[in-house]
Amino acid sequence: MNRGEETGCEDEGGVVINPPQMSTGGGVSIGETIRRIIPAGKAIYLLPVALFIFSLFFGRYMMDPVETLRILIIGSANTLLDWGSSLLSILSDQQVILPSFEQTWGASEQTVIFRIRLPRVVAAMLVGGGLSIAGASFQGLFRNPLVSPDILGVSAGAGFGAALGILLSGNPMVIQVSAFVFGIVAVSVAYCIGRTVGRGSTLVLVLGGIIVGSLFSAFISLTKYVADPYDTLPAIVFWLMGSLSAVSNADIIAIAPPILIGSLCLFLVRWRINLLAVGEEEARALGVDTKWMTMVLVIASTVVTASAVCISGIIGWVGLVVPHIGRMLVGPDFRKLIPVSAVLGASFLLIVDDIARTLSAAEIPLGILTALVGAPFFAYLLTRKKVGWIS
Amino acid sequence: MILSVSNASFSYDGITKQFDDISFSLEKGEVFSLLGKNGTGKSTLIKCILNILALQRGAVEINGRQVADMRPEEVARQVGYVPQTHHAIFPFSALDFVLMGRTPHISTFAVPKEEDYEKAEEALRRIGITHLREKPVSEISGGEAQMVMIARALAQEPSLLILDEPTSHLDIGNQMRTIAAIDSLAADGITILMCTHFPDHAFLVSHSAAILEGGRLIANGPAGDVITKENLREAYGVDICVHYIEEAERMVCVPVNPCGCRAGGRPGDPGTVRQGGVTGC
Repeated sequence: MNRGEETGCEDEGGVVINPPQMSTGGGVSIGETIRRIIPAGKAIYLLPVALFIFSLFFGRYMMDPVETLRILIIGSANTLLDWGSSLLSILSDQQVILPSFEQTWGASEQTVIFRIRLPRVVAAMLVGGGLSIAGASFQGLFRNPLVSPDILGVSAGAGFGAALGILLSGNPMVIQVSAFVFGIVAVSVAYCIGRTVGRGSTLVLVLGGIIVGSLFSAFISLTKYVADPYDTLPAIVFWLMGSLSAVSNADIIAIAPPILIGSLCLFLVRWRINLLAVGEEEARALGVDTKWMTMVLVIASTVVTASAVCISGIIGWVGLVVPHIGRMLVGPDFRKLIPVSAVLGASFLLIVDDIARTLSAAEIPLGILTALVGAPFFAYLLTRKKVGWIS
Repeated sequence: MILSVSNASFSYDGITKQFDDISFSLEKGEVFSLLGKNGTGKSTLIKCILNILALQRGAVEINGRQVADMRPEEVARQVGYVPQTHHAIFPFSALDFVLMGRTPHISTFAVPKEEDYEKAEEALRRIGITHLREKPVSEISGGEAQMVMIARALAQEPSLLILDEPTSHLDIGNQMRTIAAIDSLAADGITILMCTHFPDHAFLVSHSAAILEGGRLIANGPAGDVITKENLREAYGVDICVHYIEEAERMVCVPVNPCGCRAGGRPGDPGTVRQGGVTGC
C-alpha cells in the first residue's frame, strides 16, 4: 500500500509541478536529494506551493519566474511595512515611516501580480480546498462516496440567492451576500426537515436536502424565466457556471476566515468522521455523540461551501471527485484524507483556473472545465488503480 | 453487579409496548443469552442498555450508575457493542477499525496516540487475528469481520460486552470459533450479554439465559432451567427437543420435524421422497 501511495504522489508531482523552466539544470541529483529529505507521503503537500508560484507567473501576460518570486516577496514585505507604519502612527499619535524596499518593477507587474493574479490564485486554492474538505466530510457523514458538498441544497440555495441578487440589484456585493445567505437558509431548512421528521437520521437529512435542492432549483428557473434575456439572464447563467474572474482582494478577505475556520473544525474532528463513516449506530455505541457531531459537520461544511460558492458561483465535480483521488492516494482514513483532500482540491482548482484564464481570450466558465479536465483524469485513475468501494 | 435492568419498558410510538417491566442483572464474568423470536424486541432492549434509545419506564444501571445520566463516551468506556454485521463502505484496515474502539478514551478533537495503537494491537492479539491487521474490512470474510468487531469492542476495555446475534451470519465452524472467543473473554472477567437465535449456543457458553416473548421475559435463570422444551415451544411456536447427547458431551436443542417435511432426515432412506421435487417445509 505504501508503495502505491508513493508512486501516486510522485507521478502527480512529476506531471504537474515542473514547468519547463524549472527542469533545466541537474534535475536528477536535486530530485534525489529532495526525495531523501522529504518523505514521499509528505511530498504531496508541496504540490499547491509549487502550483501557487507557477500560477503567479504563468498566464496570457507571461512573467519571469524568479522576478515574480522577487516581486511577490518584496512587494508583500513592503505592504506589511506599510501596514506597520500606519499601525505605529495610530498607536503613537505621530507620523512613523518604516523603511521599505525599493520597487524595481513597473506598475503593470505590480498590478498583474497583486491585483489580478494573487487574489485569483488564492481564491482558487481556498475554493478548491474548501469544497474538497467539505465533500470528503459529507461522504463520511453520509457514508456514501457519491455525495458532494451540495447534497443538502447549499448550491441550489446559493444559486437562487445569486440569481435573485442579479435580478434585483446587480451589485456584486449584494449578489455575494444573497448567495451566501440563501445557501445557508437552504441547508438549515433541509436540516430542520431531517431533525423533525427523522430524529436526526442521516437518510432523512439527505431526503431533506433533495427536497430543498429541487425547490430552490425551481426558484432558479423561475428567476431565469422572469429575467431580461439580453441583460440579467446571461449574467445568471454565467454565474451558475462558476468563475473566479471577478475575484478581488476584498472578496478574499471576506471569505478566507469562514473557509479556514470551517476547514479547521473539520480537520479537528477528523478522527470522529472515521467513526461516522463506519455507521451511525456503531459510532454512537463507540461513544460519539452522533447528533452533535452531525450538526458540527453540517454547519462547518455548509459555511465552507457557501463561502466558496458565493464568490465562485457553482463549481461542480471538485467536492465529489477530489476526495476520491485522495482516497486512492492515502486510503479512507480521514486523519489523512482531510488534509490531503484540501491540498489536492486547492491544486486541482488552481490548474483548472489557470486553464480557464489562459486557454482562450475569453474566460471559460470553471464549472465546464472542472468536468472537462476532471472527468477524463478520474476515469484514467479508475482504470489504473483499484478503488476500495468498487468491488 | 455489572449490569442491572429494572422494570424496563419501551415503546417506539408510545402506544404499543416493545417490552414491558423487564428486570434482570448480570455479575462479573457472567455470560447471559437473550433468546426470542425475530422482532420480539431483543435488539431494542440492547439499544436501551446502550442508551441509544431511552426507556419509557425503569432503569438500566451499569456498575451502579444509571446509563440515562451518562454521556455516550462514558457508556462506551463500560460497554462494548458488537453489531450483527458491519456494512463496510470505506475500506478501513482492520487495525484502523479496531483502533476506533479507542474512541471513548480519546477527546473530541484528538487523534489516537501510541498507547491507543498498543491497545488496538493487543486486542487483535487477544482475538488471534493479528494476520488481518492491514486487510481492508470491506474485503474480509463474514467470520473474520465478526472477530474484528469483537476486537474493536475489546479495545474499548469494557466491563460488559454486548453481542447482537454474533453467530447468525456465520458458517458452523466460525460459529464455534466465535462462541469459543466469547467464552475465553468471559473467563477473563468480562461480562457478556448476547442475543442469539441458537438456544444451542446458549447451552455452550451461557451461565444464564432469558427468553423474551410478547414483551416480557417468560423465563429467566440458569441456562438449563430456561432452555426447556416447554419454554422453547412458547417462544418459537415449534417443538424442540432438548437432550443430552453422549457423543457431543453436552445438552443440545434440536427441532423435531416441525411440519412434516417429507425428506424427514431419517437415517437410511435419504431422498426417498425426492420425486415430488419439494425439499423445503
